[in-house]
Amino acid sequence: MAQRHFDEALADLKTKLARMAGLAEDQIDKALTALVTRDSALACRVIERDHKVNAMDVEIDEACIELLALHQPAARDLRLVTTAMKISTELERISDLSENISERAIELNEEPQLKPYIDIPRMGNLARMMVKESIDAFVKEDSKLARKVLVDDDLVDDLMEQLFRELLSFMMENPHTISRAIRLSFVAKYLERMADHATNIAELVVYLVEGKIIRHTSPPVPL
Amino acid sequence: MDVMELPRLESPEDRVWPKLLKAETRALSFSYGHRLALKNLSVPVEEYKITALIGPSGCGKSTFLRCFNRMHDLYPETRYQGEILLYPDNRNILARDVDPIEVRMRLAMVFQKPNPFPKSVYENVAYGLKVRGVTDRRILDEKVEQALRSAALWKEVKDRLSGLATSLSGGQQQRVCIARALATDPELLLLDEPTSALDPIATANIEELLLDLKQRVTILIVTHNMQQAARVSDWTAFMYLGELVEFGLTKQLFTNPSKKQTEDYITGRFG
Repeated sequence: MAQRHFDEALADLKTKLARMAGLAEDQIDKALTALVTRDSALACRVIERDHKVNAMDVEIDEACIELLALHQPAARDLRLVTTAMKISTELERISDLSENISERAIELNEEPQLKPYIDIPRMGNLARMMVKESIDAFVKEDSKLARKVLVDDDLVDDLMEQLFRELLSFMMENPHTISRAIRLSFVAKYLERMADHATNIAELVVYLVEGKIIRHTSPPVPL
Repeated sequence: MDVMELPRLESPEDRVWPKLLKAETRALSFSYGHRLALKNLSVPVEEYKITALIGPSGCGKSTFLRCFNRMHDLYPETRYQGEILLYPDNRNILARDVDPIEVRMRLAMVFQKPNPFPKSVYENVAYGLKVRGVTDRRILDEKVEQALRSAALWKEVKDRLSGLATSLSGGQQQRVCIARALATDPELLLLDEPTSALDPIATANIEELLLDLKQRVTILIVTHNMQQAARVSDWTAFMYLGELVEFGLTKQLFTNPSKKQTEDYITGRFG
C-alpha cells in the first residue's frame, strides 16, 4: 500500500517537473518573440512571470525533500528524486535567462534595430528544443534521447561564435553600434547558457537511467 | 573436503572488490536434510570492514551466518559443501580435521534477542575468558573493563558489575552480549539482526558502536533493516532463495545496483 502511494508520489513529481519545463520553454519562446518582434510589453510579461517558475522550483524541492525524509528511497528511486531536485534548479536558471533576454529586448527596443535577427532565433529555437528534449528524456527515462541533446550543444556554441564575430565587425566598423551589439552578444550568451543547462539536464538523465555520472568527464560525451 | 574452483561473481569492470580479506566463502552450499538452503555462495569478507547480508525472510542469511561458527553442527542431518576460509592462515573451517570448538574460539556471535546469562554483568563478560582457562583476577578485571568500554557500556554499569545482566534494559543487555563477544578478542564478529528487538535509540547506540568497533574487528551482520545496512556497512550481499544475487560496495548497491532483483528488493517492489 505504502509502495503504491510512493509510486504515485514519484509520478506526481515527474508531472510537476514536466509542467515547470513547459512553463520554462514558454518563457524562452515569449522572450525571443519579444526580442524579434520588438514587443516590450510581452518582454515585461515574461519578466513578471518568472516568479511562477521560481515558485515551482520551491514546490519541487519541498516535494523531493519530503520523499527523501519519509520514504528513504534507494537505487533508481533515489536517483530519480535527487535528479528531479537538480533539474528543477536548472529549469529555474533557464527561466532567469529568459528574463535576462527580455530585459535586453526592452533596452534594444529603445533604439533602432541593429540588424535583422537571423542567428539569434535559430539559437533560441535550438536551445528551446534542447530543453524540451532533455525534459522528454527525463519523463520517458530515455538516455538515448538525452545523449542526442549533448551533441546538439555544439551547434549552439558554433552559432554563438559566428554571431559574436559578426557583432564584432559591426562594432569595429561603427562605434555607434557598440551598445546594441553588446546587448545582442549578451542575448547570444544567455542562449548559449540555456543550452548548457539543457545539457546538464541531459547528463542528469543519463545518470538517472544508467547510473553513470558523465558530468565533467573528458571526452564529455561517451556515445 | 574438496576444494572447488571459486566461481567469480559477475562483476562489471567498474565494480570494486575487497582487497584484504578476513574470511571468504567459496562455493558454499548447505542443506538441512534434503532441503538445499544455501546454493554455491562465494562471498568475501574484508578485514576491518562491515559486511551486511540482506534479503527477504527465508533467503538463507542467518543460515549463512551460522555456517561461520559451525552452529549447524549441533543439529542432525545437515551438510556443508564448499569452503569457508579464515585468513591470514587460510584455514578452511569446514574441513574435517577442524574442531568446531576451535572455530568458535576465533569468532563471536550476537543474536537477534539479547541473551545474557542469568548471571552478573561481570560474570557474563568474563565467561568466555574463564572457559578459555583465564583465572587471574587482575587479567579478568582488565579484560571485562576493556570489553565493556568497547561495547560503550562501561560508564553505565561500572558501579553495578555484580548486578544481574538480565535486569538491564534491552539495549544494555544487547551491549552486554556484545561485550561478552568482544572479551575474547574474536577475529570475526557475527551479528544476527542484533537490533531487531531494540527501540530506535538503543538501535542507534548499537550502530554507532559497530562503526567504532570495525577499527578493531571484522564484522559480518545480518539485517532486515535496509537502512541499517546502508548506514553501517561497507559491503553488502543481497541473497534470495539461498543464492547470492549481488555483492558490492554498499554505496554502489544502494544507489546503482547491477541486478534488477536487487533493485526491486531495495526499492520495495519485491514479489
